[in-house]
Formats: sequence, structure tokens, C-alpha cells
Amino acid sequence: MRTEAAELVFDEATKVYPGRESAAVDHLSLTVPAGEICVLVGPSGGGKTTALKLVNRLIPLTSGDIRIDGTSILEQDVVELRRSIGYVIQQVGLFPHMTVEGNIGTVPRLYRRPRSWIKARSAELLELVGLDPSYAKRFPAQLSGGERQRVGLARALAANPPLMLMDEPFGAIDPIVRARLQDEFLRLQKEIRKTVVFVTHDVDEAIKVGDRIAILREGGRLAQYDTPQQILEHPADEFVAEFVGRDRALKALALRTLGELELSPATEDGLPRLPADTSLRDALALLVAERRNALLVIGADGAPLGVATREDLLA
Amino acid sequence: MLASLFVDAFRFIPDNAGLLLNKTAELAELAFTALGIAILIALPLGLWLGHRHRGLFVALAVSSAGRALPSIAIIGFFVAILGVGFWNNAVALVVLGIPPILTNTFFAVEGVDPDAVEAARGMGLTEEQILTRVELPLGLPLILAGLRIAAVFVIATATIAGIAGGGGLGEIIANQAAYGLPGVLAAALCVSAVALLTAAALALAQRAAFRRMAPTA
Repeated sequence: MRTEAAELVFDEATKVYPGRESAAVDHLSLTVPAGEICVLVGPSGGGKTTALKLVNRLIPLTSGDIRIDGTSILEQDVVELRRSIGYVIQQVGLFPHMTVEGNIGTVPRLYRRPRSWIKARSAELLELVGLDPSYAKRFPAQLSGGERQRVGLARALAANPPLMLMDEPFGAIDPIVRARLQDEFLRLQKEIRKTVVFVTHDVDEAIKVGDRIAILREGGRLAQYDTPQQILEHPADEFVAEFVGRDRALKALALRTLGELELSPATEDGLPRLPADTSLRDALALLVAERRNALLVIGADGAPLGVATREDLLA
Repeated sequence: MLASLFVDAFRFIPDNAGLLLNKTAELAELAFTALGIAILIALPLGLWLGHRHRGLFVALAVSSAGRALPSIAIIGFFVAILGVGFWNNAVALVVLGIPPILTNTFFAVEGVDPDAVEAARGMGLTEEQILTRVELPLGLPLILAGLRIAAVFVIATATIAGIAGGGGLGEIIANQAAYGLPGVLAAALCVSAVALLTAAALALAQRAAFRRMAPTA
């Protein structure tokens, strides 16, 4: 599979809906580097979904520009533009009269790909999104919510687009399945390295999946655009601090792992042992729960790496 | 008395098979011509309006007008304008056939899951492809239901054409003096047969479409 990705640039992108005084998206400027996940997050009325739909021109720009790999979306044929962008929505919108394979083959069929090509591609994509190839012949009505969303993702990936737009893709899915889908999506993204714009209203989801987070405030104004770490540790203003939550220090801990700490040599026995890829947040939770002050970090092979204290975790 | 009437009617059928077949063919020709024209007008219009999510008012107005207008009045109206004959009746039947087709087609397309349509548009299907590949197949069961209603309505009403010089089985039904009560009944049975067979064929198509478009388990 090709692993090309495109750089996406919002350049003063503005949307004012007809008959409205205020903008839905207000002079939005940001650059999503190729191969990164940019999460648009914010309260309702922040224009996240509008900003997303400006990219594939489901909503026309009022002013400003959006460029994909340097080419303005306004210079491209709208149908060609959309076929070159993967699109995933919350309610999935699978076609109920087509099989899973038929759904996945939608855009390839528009490109007149032969049936055998579509069959092979569909099997490949099903495996990629974690579904058994036997799902190819099923109909959407026979799938669970999580399975439908996986098929929706596979369908969006079918033509191998360099850019993916995902509008609250896991919003309608129960928390346990959602967490699993997020993990699998991140694993998948490591493999395919697409440029992704991901809309959510859930700040924890934003922190988890985003390489960068754009926080939009009411009126579609960009409040902060930065890495999750930076946003949690250095919120640009009161609004951002409030939005990411009072527990932002804890959320920041969740982004780092024990392996990133400078460990001291092991001196005492009987310390709780945790693997190096445990997040600082989980490690701290364990120390609090067990009323301990230090823990032993162990490597993937089970060998002890060193000791981390409460102070180390919180430093 | 009634029983013997039916016996006589069933005797009338083989004795006058040629006549009945002839008149049935006339009726079918008239009804299906009208139905075909009604489809050609109402189907594209309903598809287009439904796709654009516009013209709810038109669809509702046409459907209630279709229900409110007595068929006799329409045929009478066109006799006055076009005179007596095949086309006068055909035009009247077209007018009667349009409302159920237009209304059902409109609501069939209008009611297709908006998420599926948005996904289709977002993936780069043209408006025409959205209509033919998503909205039309998904709306097909309801569209066929409309065709079925229109077909039964048009075939049944085509009988009245006999009065207005359109020929067909109506000629026998309206002429008890010549054909007797058994003849009238036999002709009525033929009309019913054509209507029911057409309806049954469309119902089968509808069921097949429904099973294909809304597959479960």
C-alpha cells in the first residue's frame, strides 16, 4: 500500500452562513503536516464540523482558502476533490442495499476498477480494520455499531486517499468499544500514515488521538493549536484551561510513560512492578491505591530498569 | 338467482372469448398507454423533487387533488375538450395515474437515510449518481407501491372509457341491453382479472425490491 499523505493548510478560511450575522468559522489558519492527525475540538457552536466540511466542499467557503499539498480546493473539480479525500461520519451512512464489499467498492467503482480488484482490496481493507474477510458478503443491517464504523473507515480508505476527514467517527459508539476503536485507529494510522482531520467534542478523545489539537471556541475562532502536551501544560488562555478541564495536569501525566523518566537504581525489595509503557497517570493511580511511594519499572523482557518515586512522576 | 347469474357469466366467457379478448386488449392498451405516460411524467418529476428535497407542497397538493377529483368528472372534462375517443380517455387516465406515482416517488426519495446520501456526496458521487445508485434503489419499494396503486386505479377507471367512446370492456359493461347481465358480469370479471394480475405482478416486484433493498439476517 502506498503511504502518501498530503499537507493540509487552512488559510484564513471563513464561513458565514447566509442570513447569519456572525461567522461559523472565523479566519481559521492552521497547517496540518502530512501524515499527522489534527483533532478539531471545542464546544458546540465552535464550527468544528463546518470547518471539516469546508475541506471537501460539502460546505462552500465564504472567504479565505484551503490548500491540499499546495493546490487550492477551489481550483479542483468538486467531485474529483471529494474522491481524493476519505470521509467518515458519525452515523457512518453505509448503503443498506449493498454488501460490505459493495460499500467498500463505491469509490473504486467510480474509477471503473475491475470487480476482482475491488474484491481483493475489500479483503485487504477488512483485515486492516480488524474484520474477518467473511464480512465482505454481509449487509450493514447484519453488523453491530462498531463493525459498521470499521466498514465506514474501510470504505473511506478504499481509494487510498492522502487525506481523511473524520466527523465524530466514534461518537455514537459505547465507551468500551470506542476505546478499542481509538486504539485500533491509532495502530492503523501508524501503518498507513494518512493526514487526518478528526472532529470530536470529547477532549479526552482529542488528547488520545491527536498529534495536534485545534481548540475552536464559539464563533469558530481558533483558541489554540498545539500538541496535546503543550495544550495541557500551557493552555493559551482561561477558555482553553477551562475547556481541557481542571484535571489537565493528570491528563498530561497520561501522555507520558514510565520509560521516559530518569530512573534511580533499584535499592529496596518488594516494590510494585510496572512495565515501562505504563502511563504516568496509571502509575500514580497505583501508588495512591497501594499507599506506596515508589515503584519498580520493568522492561519488555521483564528485567528491572530502575525505580521511580512519586516525586519523579510529578516532577 | 345470483348463483345462476354467475354460472351464466362463466358460460358467457368461453362462448364470447373472441369478443372479450378483443375488448380486454383494447382496455389494456388504453390503460397501459396511460400508465406509461403517467410514469414518464411523474417518475422523473418525483425523483427530481425528492432529490432536491423541494416541492413537498406540490407533492401533497397533487396527491390530495388526485384523491378529490372524481374520475368521471375528469373524463367528462376531457370529452368536452378533446372529444370522444382513445386519446381523450388516455389523457384523463394519465391525469388520474400521476398523483400516486408522483407522491410515492417523492416521499420514497425524500425519505432516504440522509446519512447515506451525505456519505455518498462526501465520497464524490455526482448528484446523478446519488440519485441512481443510492436514492432510487433505496426508494424502489415505495415507488413500486405507488405504481401499483396507480395501475389498479387506471385499469379500473379505464372501464369508464367505454362510455366516452374509448372502447374496451366498458363498452360491454355499459351495454346491458345488448350483452345481458351475464355479459356485463363477465366483462367486469375480465377487468378485475387485468387489474389484479397487474397489481400482483407489481406486488411481487415490490417484495423482491424490498428484500433486496432492506436485507436483514
